[in-house]
Amino acid sequence: MDSTITFTVNGQSRTVTTDPQRPLLDVLREDLKLTGTKYGCGEGQCRACTVLLNGKSVASCVTPVRDADKQTVLTIEGLAQGSQLHPVQAAFLEEGAYQCGYCTPGMIMGVVGLLSEKPKPTEDDIKTRMQRHLCRCCGYPNLTKAIHRATALQQGK
Amino acid sequence: MNIPPVQPEDEQLIEPVGYDFGLKRRAFVQLLGAGLLVAVSATPALAQRRGGRGGGGPGNIAARVHLGKDGTITVMAGKVEGGQGARAELSEAAAEELRVPVSRIQLVLADTSLVPDDGITAGSGSTPRTVPAVRHGAAAARELLINFAAKRWGVEPGTVQVQDGKAIHSSSQRTLSYADLAADEEAAKGLDQAVPADVALTPVTEWKVLGQPTPRPNARDLVTGAHQYPSDISRPGMLYGKVLRPPSYGAKLTAIDLGPAQAMKDVVAVRDDQFAGVAAPTTFLAEKALDSIAKTAKWEPAPHPASKDLFDYLKQHVPGGVPANPFADELSHAKHALQQTYHVAYVQHAPLEPRAAVAEWTDGKLTVWTGTQNPFGCRSELARAFHLGDQQVRVIVPDFGSGFGGKHTGETGIEAARLAKAAGHPVSLRWTRREEFTWAYFRPAAVIQIEAGLDDKNQLACWHFININAGGSGIETPYLAGKHQSQSVRSESPLRQGSYRCLAATGNNFARESFMDELAAAGGVDPLEFRLAHLENSRLREVLETAAQRFGWKERIKQKNPKLGIGLACGTEKGSYVAACAEVEIDPAGKQIAVRRVCEVFDCGAILNPSNLLSQVQGAIIMGLGPALREEMNFENGEVLNPNFRRYQVPRFADVPELDIHLLNRPNHDSAGAGETPIIAIAPAIGNAVFQATGVRLRSMPMRLPA
Repeated sequence: MDSTITFTVNGQSRTVTTDPQRPLLDVLREDLKLTGTKYGCGEGQCRACTVLLNGKSVASCVTPVRDADKQTVLTIEGLAQGSQLHPVQAAFLEEGAYQCGYCTPGMIMGVVGLLSEKPKPTEDDIKTRMQRHLCRCCGYPNLTKAIHRATALQQGK
Repeated sequence: MNIPPVQPEDEQLIEPVGYDFGLKRRAFVQLLGAGLLVAVSATPALAQRRGGRGGGGPGNIAARVHLGKDGTITVMAGKVEGGQGARAELSEAAAEELRVPVSRIQLVLADTSLVPDDGITAGSGSTPRTVPAVRHGAAAARELLINFAAKRWGVEPGTVQVQDGKAIHSSSQRTLSYADLAADEEAAKGLDQAVPADVALTPVTEWKVLGQPTPRPNARDLVTGAHQYPSDISRPGMLYGKVLRPPSYGAKLTAIDLGPAQAMKDVVAVRDDQFAGVAAPTTFLAEKALDSIAKTAKWEPAPHPASKDLFDYLKQHVPGGVPANPFADELSHAKHALQQTYHVAYVQHAPLEPRAAVAEWTDGKLTVWTGTQNPFGCRSELARAFHLGDQQVRVIVPDFGSGFGGKHTGETGIEAARLAKAAGHPVSLRWTRREEFTWAYFRPAAVIQIEAGLDDKNQLACWHFININAGGSGIETPYLAGKHQSQSVRSESPLRQGSYRCLAATGNNFARESFMDELAAAGGVDPLEFRLAHLENSRLREVLETAAQRFGWKERIKQKNPKLGIGLACGTEKGSYVAACAEVEIDPAGKQIAVRRVCEVFDCGAILNPSNLLSQVQGAIIMGLGPALREEMNFENGEVLNPNFRRYQVPRFADVPELDIHLLNRPNHDSAGAGETPIIAIAPAIGNAVFQATGVRLRSMPMRLPA
């Protein structure tokens, strides 16, 4: 049975009428055409689908869209301010933290989520959080550099 | 620079699904579409279709370089970008020869209606073959500009130089651009000439763009989410598809009732012989519809061996049996005779973007956007499946979410096209992770048997090496050996198998380099000294000696520590050379292996893009940790037991060792591809390090210490 879901996505109020069980990922990609958020596994094991729900990073592939009703969602498309990249995006670009780039939006959202929850994350915080994210190209060295650069930028270093 | 001839694709293992949706099967098609089939005016795929340039061969200059009157420079190549760096490298190649910055190059990759057929993107072929082809085309365009300018100014071509995209006559301070050339009707005709074979390429010593670290030109779109991967492509009226998969390998569909799916609003369902699938306005609805018909499906199962019996099965299914060692006599006279068997499990590429395609039919012509490494091969597969001419099929490959040799075939495009045909709408089909882990293909498993003997000087007197099932990549030993033979023999693979980063070279090097260590131990010789005593190739010697020196091998090998071991390995494949030293830590219980440090030295000739090369080497080493230590497909009764990232554990952040990577630049040597070979040394270096610490020899990939 369809429900009407109203939520704020990247600062805009959006309404969809759909099955409330559908994954948030599918609604973002198929209904709102926000395809920057990626499917990687459908089980929350790779985090390519990471978005922020009320500021916290979640795996949108295992989040039913009803959980987003009347809530706030931020996706990779909502991060930059016009042509001005978000500092985490800029850090990834600077460090070449991508190979195929398919994990990149989820990684970036994961770092943004971490920094919004813990503005001064410890090395352990970073390791524990980012361990959830998969990069099959195994571009972890550059990703690690980018995460540290982003963390430093956040702290104004 | 010599362009090596295109190799026969014997190092690529391509096993298409072999769909055939011929007319004779029309009778089986059951088409359903409840309310959704409103007419949509399908917009033609792209207005700028130019048609028919996929014929292969060097072709004319215009097939490679298009000069716009507005100053745009468009370069075309049949290669794909899957994260390995082709887009940056080919842009650099064109920019270098055209004398423009990389940012001026608009590079069109892998659209079969627009680009030359440069073959499959595999076997490390883009660097040695496509880079020179692009450079030749671009250099020919540059020469045209010089001749055009010289003619117009009435000066000698030798007095005209090209800088920053302009022909310059410095004494008279006149300039002409590529746009001027394009605007001159007569001069522009020159672009229709064949690329002259003798056009001069820029010598390495004068490179300004090649050899420089160059980021991927569309990198910004990757960090903003703007880049559209194949699974992101959207077309007007597009539906989302799902395909019914058998419950086990080899099972045949004998009956199915499409009724439950038909009853769902806006759902299209189709069965065509063994193919059954659905399309719906959302993936969620398509999944529901598929579940509803899956419940009605009747299957006839087929026997299938279990992974626990795999290696016996492979040995037993060699046609004519496993050949005997022709050097049995030499072996019996050796001072030290050794024979060992090594095993390599099936592994999966697990590209983060699963197979995906969007198919659209327009007036009987088919356009497919898909993530494949083989665009023209995929076009042929589609044409065969639907009984079309090649020119009626267009394959477009957007930069996609990794392949590692796992995307050589076109089944997803065919499936999407079959659904689109039934639906009368474009269809997007993206495989699930479970489908990818079950119905994609796998790196071949192998049983490798080696027998060798040492003489009284600890030199290899005889060497016999057999790879059962996985193939012959990297099978020839680089070491001096008296009588020697290395061969691969076929078997019957229980799983669909295909290429993978370096294919069989990883298993062959694992076995050979582990065995070399075993021989060194038998002879009581240091593993490094033992290898050097058998190596003539100076480039292989240099990577090995450099790695050993950077790692501090000679000092460290004297220390014994049961919880900390070191090992080394080297090898050569596809024209490049690699050596790795690894340090492993064994946990206190003696069960877990952790790779703490890796020093790898790599030589792939003249380096084209050092930053991308470093990424490729890092990625290959870390990716190689997976099949070395954890990854293997488990299956039983025709079902994969670990079709997800929870049970099939690929490397993550915490697995990354301390890396010391040294890229040996060889400006005087042709550039070899570099995305593959750096993976071959890591597994044997780890195994040898475990042995050095524990005395336990691990001969099976993935390597695990006995419980």
